[in-house]
Amino acid sequence: MMIILKEMFYYFVFPGLLFGTGIGLLAGWVDRKVTARLQWRVGPPWYQNFVDILKLFGKETIVPRGRAATFLLAPYLGFLSLGLAAAIIGRALINPAVSFAGDLIVILYLLTMPAIALIIGASSSRNPLASVGAGREMKLILGYELPFIMALATIAIKSGSIKLGSILTYQLNFGSFFYSWSGAIAMVVAIFCAQAKMGFAPFEISEAEQEIMGGVLIEYSGIPLAVFKLTKALLLYTMPLLLVVLFLGKDLHPLFIIGKFVIFLVIFILIKNTNPRLRIDQAMSFFWGPVSLLALAAVILALMGK
Amino acid sequence: MDLRLKALTKSIWVFHISAGSCNNCDIEILDCLTPRFDLERFGIQLVGSVRHADALLITGAMNRKSVPRMKKIYEQAPKPCVVIAVGQCALSRHMFRDSYNVCEPLDKILPVDLYIPGCPPKPEAMIDGIIKLVNKIKEVKK
Repeated sequence: MMIILKEMFYYFVFPGLLFGTGIGLLAGWVDRKVTARLQWRVGPPWYQNFVDILKLFGKETIVPRGRAATFLLAPYLGFLSLGLAAAIIGRALINPAVSFAGDLIVILYLLTMPAIALIIGASSSRNPLASVGAGREMKLILGYELPFIMALATIAIKSGSIKLGSILTYQLNFGSFFYSWSGAIAMVVAIFCAQAKMGFAPFEISEAEQEIMGGVLIEYSGIPLAVFKLTKALLLYTMPLLLVVLFLGKDLHPLFIIGKFVIFLVIFILIKNTNPRLRIDQAMSFFWGPVSLLALAAVILALMGK
Repeated sequence: MDLRLKALTKSIWVFHISAGSCNNCDIEILDCLTPRFDLERFGIQLVGSVRHADALLITGAMNRKSVPRMKKIYEQAPKPCVVIAVGQCALSRHMFRDSYNVCEPLDKILPVDLYIPGCPPKPEAMIDGIIKLVNKIKEVKK
């Protein structure tokens, strides 16, 4: 009984859903604030994202004619499965010994779920702009999954394991993967893929506020929209943390983890603010061309032991 | 005060409807988001979809073509939602009041919560108006 309660605590409170969403919303504020400062504006106060979510919980939920069940349940699918990924990564960071064999692959699957939830929700709303957004999201997944898997494969080859715990202990003993050739290249690839996964510019093709009016989210209002925003916040917590585990896992002191988390966050925000949105075909050829070649180079270098 | 309404006053997402305006008010609305005025520091954002909106910002003289569409958009907005009339045309039809194509002022069509006069109103006037609206909401729901 105690074990079940403990696992529930890990999943729902720390380091899973609640903690992850809180940190993610704060990270989202950092994003908005840095964007504002780069544009010479003042920017919102630190609690802005929390207020936004609170407000959305109080708004009316409108369900369009269409598949109401999938429309309303899709946000929770993405949110809850992403929370599981956050809990697995967080637990591996707290205690590398508790992770189970193959959790890298589980995380790979769970990280795809938010995008799939978006596609399901958008398609069941029967809005033409939403279906355009869903189609773009689908193509984007096909684009970034290949290099992302190859980047993870590089790590698996180098550490000889698909377990987050042993990846971390390997780095604790032999130094971070970032300081090897293949690791550094794989990190660059993973940063691009994470950028696309989080839906940040230049890869916010499926949402494209100015072009298709929010795309996949166009029909969402009230609580489901809030859950999608929370999923985004959670993604902003999970992706940098995963990159820390995979590429900079040497020093696991909490302060170092926070520092590395912020470094990755700043990299994402800077890429976001200095690049205009790509077209979907440009994004596809970017991921299947140069990024995949880089990832392939990383895998080959890892096989050669560099 | 109700927590929901407090959150609403701190984070107003605005959907902008141009119902046959000359684009001058619209440019002034966009000025509110520029570095000089920066409405995002109060949590005010422009959104692309009316489903995300908390406030409808209506400009223009409401010609016969745009009135039914405007009503439809108002019905699609999730409540609670306020309507803000920006510019002289939206308030009183201004110089188009005798036009064959413009039938009624906005407040005979939709329940208007805030009037911002001017041709076009200055960004300062809009910010002032929004603060007055926020104070009004706070007083009503106390």
